[in-house]
Amino acid sequence: MSSIISIQNVSFSYEEAEDSAVKGVSLEVEKGEFLAILGRNGSGKSTLAKLLNALILPTDGAISVDGISPTDEDSRYEIRTRCGMVFQNPDNQIVSTIVEEDCAFGLENMGVAPQEIRRRVDEALARVGMAEYALSSPHMLSGGQKQRVAIAGVVAMRPKIIVFDESTAMLDPVGRRDVFSLARKLNREEGITIVWITHFMEEAVQADRVAVMDAGRLVMQGAPREVFSHEAEIRAMGLDVPEMTQLAGILRGAGVNLPADIMTCDEMAVELCRLK
Amino acid sequence: MLKNITIGQYFPGNSAVHRMDARMKILLTIALLVDVFVSKGFIGFGLIFAFVLLVARTTKISLSFIVRGLKPIAFIAVFTFVLNLFMQTGGETLFQWKFIHITSGGLRTAVYMAIRLLLLVTASQLLTLTTSSLSLTDGLEALMRPLAVIHFPAHEIAMMMSIALRFIPTLMEETDKIMNAQKARGADFESGNLIRRAKAMVPLLVPLFVSAFRRADDLALAMEARCYRGGKGRTRMNQLHMTKVDLYGALAVALLTAALVTLNLLGAV
Repeated sequence: MSSIISIQNVSFSYEEAEDSAVKGVSLEVEKGEFLAILGRNGSGKSTLAKLLNALILPTDGAISVDGISPTDEDSRYEIRTRCGMVFQNPDNQIVSTIVEEDCAFGLENMGVAPQEIRRRVDEALARVGMAEYALSSPHMLSGGQKQRVAIAGVVAMRPKIIVFDESTAMLDPVGRRDVFSLARKLNREEGITIVWITHFMEEAVQADRVAVMDAGRLVMQGAPREVFSHEAEIRAMGLDVPEMTQLAGILRGAGVNLPADIMTCDEMAVELCRLK
Repeated sequence: MLKNITIGQYFPGNSAVHRMDARMKILLTIALLVDVFVSKGFIGFGLIFAFVLLVARTTKISLSFIVRGLKPIAFIAVFTFVLNLFMQTGGETLFQWKFIHITSGGLRTAVYMAIRLLLLVTASQLLTLTTSSLSLTDGLEALMRPLAVIHFPAHEIAMMMSIALRFIPTLMEETDKIMNAQKARGADFESGNLIRRAKAMVPLLVPLFVSAFRRADDLALAMEARCYRGGKGRTRMNQLHMTKVDLYGALAVALLTAALVTLNLLGAV
């Protein structure tokens, strides 16, 4: 597999801040993968997300998205057509008072022909399961539904990559599960590369790969199983390990013979049964 | 209390009024507003009222919903009524006590102004209730486009208006939330005189403004992330086009206007 996003030694500092929000991060995102970026508040993960979408430009280092570097206005625009973004607050990213018109916003900006917009919008709304709400006003919808509308707006633009910047953080458990499984589906069925920024372990566990940010640096990356087996380090960064990993750790401490890399309930059940 | 404000909210539907071209609807609403100011008698107001009622019925939006939208301006209507009642003179004196001096002319102006205000808001409400903010913007933009010759920022203004409309319900909800939060901490918005109540609004407005700015920031980012670059090179999903419905609408308003002008010429009261 080849990488679709390449970040080389990228730093970024906000004008008013003394310290850099992102410090010398290097990261490759493979085409078609589901990458989770973990980190607590202020770890620089949202800044990293905005760098991917060329909403901000690195103060240092190089970034390339689908082979394009954000050097001028046109290339930044080009990056945004290929790399969509879904934000945290469902209310603050909806532009229109009607679902399908909001969904069309990106395509209209891209100057797509009206009939083609209509076709793609209908398709995208059906894809996220919001077709029956096409004519509703967004403020009547639940948080999870609003996020699905936001995703439809991005999907309609047919991006190769979608960055989710803590898109489930403000949702209830049902909405959170909904939105996450939708992202997984888009990843598996359409081959869209997903960068999933979160601080929920249950979500990170299901990613292909996890990258952990702390104080602006990329401190760990690898398969979830590998990353979460470093329980002490993860905890030192103010993050939790998945509940089952935690339980496995406690049981191991008490002398039960379990592997350290258990992440889900099912795995735990299998391992416990094997002990008999 | 704040949830009752319906101005600027879109009420989805598929009625004839909903299907009308936004440009036509804007023009006809303006015509209707002019009508309201032109008309000078109760017959005229009655005609406009009947017309507005008829339009409201065809939209299939419940009348109580529309009436609820009038609540916020009820105070202004009463205020103008009282002001006109005491300030305007002319005609015979109806009531006099010390400096208070009410004349029949004043009473008439007062009643007219109140009716005009209510009709104005109802008519403009019908426009925003039946037109989604984006097609409203489209319509405005299309109507203002000729002004681009004098570098008038038609697209920017239309976009600003549409976003303002979009965020009205969101900010209303937020105001409610903040109000409840402040009430839970003992804030009192309801008692005391006007000044006291105005002062009580400060802890409400400060967080509201802070959050509005944060929202604006977020939204700007989200729009940019979705390739927004201003009006240049933008297409629209829903193209505006006039149909027969627009013709009938225009005819109806033209008829109404003609009737009102005739009434005025005849000097009917």
